[in-house]
Amino acid sequence: MSSPEINSTQQDIDTPPTPLAPAEKGSSLWRDAWHRLQKNKMALLGLVVMVAMCIIALLTPWITVYGYEEQNLLLGASPPSAAHWLGTDTLGRDLLTRILYGSRISLAVGFIATAVALLIGVIYGTVAGYMGGRIDAAMMRLVDILYALPFMIFIILLMVIFGRNILLLFLAIGAVEWLTMARIVRGQVQSLRQQEFVEAAVSIGLGPWAIIRRHLIPNTLGPVIVYTTLTIPSVMLLESFLSFLGLGIQPPQSSWGLLISYGVETMEEYPWLLIFPGLALSLTLFALNFLGDGLRDALDPRASKD
Amino acid sequence: MARFIFMRLLQAIPVLLVVITVTFFLVRLAPGGPFSAEKAVPPEVLKALEARYHLDQPVVNQYLSYLGDLARGDFGPSFKYPGRSVNEMIAAGLPATTELGLYAMCFALLIGASAGVIAALKPNSAQDYIPMSTAMLGICLPSFLLGPLFMLVFGVWLEWLPVSGWGDIPGDKILPALTLASGYTAYIARLSRGGMLEVMSQDYIRTARAKGLPEWKVVLKHGLRGGMIPVIAFIGPAFAGLLSGSFVVETIFQIPGLGRFYVQAAFNRDYTMIMGTTVLFATLIIFFNLLADIVAVWLNPRLRDLYRGKGA
Repeated sequence: MSSPEINSTQQDIDTPPTPLAPAEKGSSLWRDAWHRLQKNKMALLGLVVMVAMCIIALLTPWITVYGYEEQNLLLGASPPSAAHWLGTDTLGRDLLTRILYGSRISLAVGFIATAVALLIGVIYGTVAGYMGGRIDAAMMRLVDILYALPFMIFIILLMVIFGRNILLLFLAIGAVEWLTMARIVRGQVQSLRQQEFVEAAVSIGLGPWAIIRRHLIPNTLGPVIVYTTLTIPSVMLLESFLSFLGLGIQPPQSSWGLLISYGVETMEEYPWLLIFPGLALSLTLFALNFLGDGLRDALDPRASKD
Repeated sequence: MARFIFMRLLQAIPVLLVVITVTFFLVRLAPGGPFSAEKAVPPEVLKALEARYHLDQPVVNQYLSYLGDLARGDFGPSFKYPGRSVNEMIAAGLPATTELGLYAMCFALLIGASAGVIAALKPNSAQDYIPMSTAMLGICLPSFLLGPLFMLVFGVWLEWLPVSGWGDIPGDKILPALTLASGYTAYIARLSRGGMLEVMSQDYIRTARAKGLPEWKVVLKHGLRGGMIPVIAFIGPAFAGLLSGSFVVETIFQIPGLGRFYVQAAFNRDYTMIMGTTVLFATLIIFFNLLADIVAVWLNPRLRDLYRGKGA
């Protein structure tokens, strides 16, 4: 079971120039990628914004002055002021506090649902790509069929019928988003499977699961990371959209989609109630999209634009 | 080619069957029926209602009879609006949805393709960055945020355009169409930029320049033809997405289209209406994807050979 050595010697002897199997050292791909990413200012900015946002979201209960349900009916809706930096809503609740608490939910949904998609997609894609032949054809046909389903409509249906349960929301979103991941991973695995280090692993008697776990999945990480970064914003978008329709997060909890839908109701009198939650959502989506684009250029130079 | 189309049409049948079956049983699995919301319905009336819509029969029988009706093109009666059939309601909603989708498509193609071409002419300059950052904005601003913002800015503050309605006041279709188009505009801009960049570095473009053609002619006559292929391939899925994704915009701008009906039907547990719209949307999506594949094969001779070799 000395497969790691086999793996590395194999790569030292012959150097198939694949984007994922680096020529000299195991770490050079990641170091190169990091250098390339550092040159991309927008992507770095996106990374910084995301890290900051996650830290603030984690610390929210300790850094906020008001509770997210704390009402001040005498105050009502007030524009931004020194006491309430982003103003208050019609019940006199502090908008900044509600946006911060909303960020916890929105980010959590984004990360957890993406993780669900990642798990299903990577396993499914790897198995299909590794097995090949008829099993692969059948598995990918299923993906094709699922692609053709009107998913938005199914999610709405699911949420209406089975109640607005946050766990179901994760599952429903994850179940939609794994399809593309499975396709990407399958393509990667298919090309990796032809390579000699896999043959070597087979020849020393490793079982398919060990090969998949030790050799194939680690080598698909690059594209998977890129696609994951791009999935998180689309998942967050889906969540806010469902919450906007009243099908996602339920009050008194707050999420950005919910805040936006409240904001829309009163936007003519109190525009800040729409604008600030909207800004929070778009800033996050911006940061993640720029980061994802940057990572794609960094990890897969061949696919970069120029 | 005919064989390819035929095979793809055959493949569409199981997909549609899956959609129908899953939706049918999903709706019936749900707690609460279409008549449970009504207050104080005497048990006899409820029974009569259920008998009238065959809800008292075993689910399998309901399923088979629904499939039979569907094969004859009959979506059945609406559960919530007595006396109206789902066919009538779809016929009432489809024109607005299609019209909105067409306008949005036109906006997306016009704005997106021009932005992409302009950006590709001078890569990595301000002429590239400004349209492409704007395109990023289109991707990152969801329609349920962009729509209200448009209403607020152009309708309420500037008072340039009406904020709601459909065909009542001139100009009331502009904001919804722009909102719906935004994401697709951005995507088309990216696609056409990529396509143009690739084409403009080809040898035949250099030849065209060498023979002394003015630059605008090189771009419009020789560049566009190849550079727009990715965009054309995207039109099919985009149109499917525009039609089935319009319920946000329809809800925000209060447009009497199919999407708004669908959301209402889902909330009302209007079984037949949910089924009808889902089947219709699925058919549209499959149809436009098929169309996109056919166009892609037709545009790219290499793919054509591939299919011929495989299909024979």
